[in-house]
Parts: sequence; structure tokens; C-alpha cells
Amino acid sequence: MKKQLIPIAAALACLAAPALAQKSASQSIDEYRAMLQDGNPAELFEMKGEELWKQARGPKKGTLAKSCDLGKGAGVVKGAFVELPRYFEDTKRVQDLESRLLTCMSTVQGFDEKSIANTPFGKGEKANVVAMATWIASQSKGMQFNLPQSHAQERLFYAVGKQLFFQRGGPHDFACATCHGEQGKRIRLQDLPDLRGNPGDGVGFAAWPAYRVSNGQMWSMQHRLNDCYRQQRFPEPNYGSDATIALGVYMGVNAKGAASAVPAITR
Amino acid sequence: MADPMRIRAQSKDGVAKVRVLMSHEMESGQRKDSSGKLIPAWHIMEVTAKLNDKPVFSAEWGPAVSKNPFLQFDVKGAKPGDKLTIEWVDNKGEKRTDTATVS
Repeated sequence: MKKQLIPIAAALACLAAPALAQKSASQSIDEYRAMLQDGNPAELFEMKGEELWKQARGPKKGTLAKSCDLGKGAGVVKGAFVELPRYFEDTKRVQDLESRLLTCMSTVQGFDEKSIANTPFGKGEKANVVAMATWIASQSKGMQFNLPQSHAQERLFYAVGKQLFFQRGGPHDFACATCHGEQGKRIRLQDLPDLRGNPGDGVGFAAWPAYRVSNGQMWSMQHRLNDCYRQQRFPEPNYGSDATIALGVYMGVNAKGAASAVPAITR
Repeated sequence: MADPMRIRAQSKDGVAKVRVLMSHEMESGQRKDSSGKLIPAWHIMEVTAKLNDKPVFSAEWGPAVSKNPFLQFDVKGAKPGDKLTIEWVDNKGEKRTDTATVS
């Protein structure tokens, strides 16, 4: 009888083990992120960004809070983030938040767009753009994405963004879709959102700008896209390029209805 | 003066929960830059908190505290309207003081 009991006991132990199993890696990461939310250093960047938006700066001593149109009127910030990228009549371009800030810093304040675009992330005026983007995005926190697709250029950019999303290239033959084109994928401990559709509230497009705890940096969407391309071993995209804006339109329109969690916090 | 701190203080049943987010690089002094040279230590050494000018909290920090430190503590006897002042001093002698009102 003893011989029979041991295999049965082993079988029962195997059945019991999953029930007592530790929580999944995803759950642990979510708990870790929830703990970090309180005292998110992104708030420091928000404070800085708000100050910069309201200050008279640059060679022209202009104030963005008075004259910069982010799509909802000069100086209007609330709700602007969840409608970007969009078409702007004055530049005849579809622009995202950061390229629009560059336009405003140049026309209103007299800064040189090109030199800011070429400044490395985290330095000089580039850091100021990111701080302002963080604050402007925070003013739409919790609101639902509702990018306009009424202008032909906006629809064109969606189509271009979609094409770029699936376009494979670089030495590894990667596309955005390689990592973000399937449900339930994960890189090491990061769940990868499926960006072909709406990945949900506060995920993917709705999660950048975000503060990255691992390197203590505030990352904007442009920074995130730049790093995605770096990880795919592609050449570095130009800051605020049409390609990156088109990807923003594709992801942003797909995320219609998702609530913005920006500024978020990540690993 | 360094970048401002973000201070939140909420009073409930006579105890205020204080949360402070400080902006500081907090270099430990053990990291090396791309050329192999040690990046000099630059971190907060002392943090003090005063409630209506009465000291209620102090801390001595070292290289183990991370960048952009977040501090949370409770203060007994704090009422809405009380003035809470937080000050930090770093190893280079730089300081930052910020005040908030307990809500």
C-alpha cells in the first residue's frame, strides 16, 4: 500500500503547488509601480515645465502661455495633449506636442528650432521642452484621447504611421510590430502593449512622457521613439521628424477613448 | 538656489502626513563617467523639518539615497493652516528651503 501512496501524494502535491504559487511577475511589477506613483519625480518636471511655460524667455522675451497655440487656441493647455498630433494651419504641418513647442519657442521666443532639436536629451533647451511637455500633458491627465482626423493631412499621417509601424528594416529586420504587434508579449519584465489597436487606459501612447526610475530620467514620446529605433538598431530619427509624428498619429488615433495616465512612472 | 521641492502635508485626526519630493542628483561618489573618472559625490547630507518654526524632524543622509529623493513622515499635533518648512543641505554646502501649509 505504501508504494501506491507515494505517487498519489506526489500527484496531490503537484496539484496543490500552483494554488500556493507566488503572484506573477506582472502583478509584482504593478505593485512596485503603484508604490512609486506617490512622489513620482515627474512632478518636479511638471513644476519646472509650468514655470517655463509662464515665463517671458528667449531673445524675443516672449511668453508661451500667452501666444502658443497647441491646437485649442493661444495659451490653452487643458485638453490639448489628448488631441495631439494634429494639423496646424499656420505651419501647414501635422505636429506633435514637442515639435509644436519648438515652433512656438522659435516664433514667440526667438529660439533656434534646429539647435534645440540637435541638443541631446536631458540637456539645455531640450530638457526644457521635455519639462514643458510633461506639464502640458499633465493638464490632460485622465482625459480620453481624441485625436482629430478631419484634415486630409491627418489621415495621410495615420496611413504613413501605420506603414512605418509594420515596416521591417535595420540589421535585425525589426519593425515596431515585431514587439508591439501581438497580444501578450513581454521583454524581460516589461509587458509590451499591442499598439495595433487600443491597448487600454494609461498604456502605450497614453503613458508617455514618463519618469524612468532605472535611470532617473524624464522621457518624452520623442525620446521613447528615439530609443525604440535605437533598440531596433535603426539610425537615429531626427527630433520631431515627420516619421516620428506619423507614428504618434497612428498610435494616438488607435488609442481613441483611452484615458491618459501622463505623467506616468516606469521601471 | 536649487530646484524647488514639492511638499504635501495633509492633516487627519491631529496627525499630518507629510510627503516631500526633492530635486537632487544625489551622486554617490562611486560612479564612473565614460572616461573612467570617478564622478564626485554630490548628495544631500541633512534634512530638517519645522512645524511653525519648531523643529520636528531631522535626518542625516548619505550616498545610499537615490536621485530625486522622496521622503514621507507623520507629524503629531499638526493642524490645518500650520506652516511646515523643510530644508536640506548637501555636501557642497548648497541649500534649499521650501514652505507649505498643512491642509
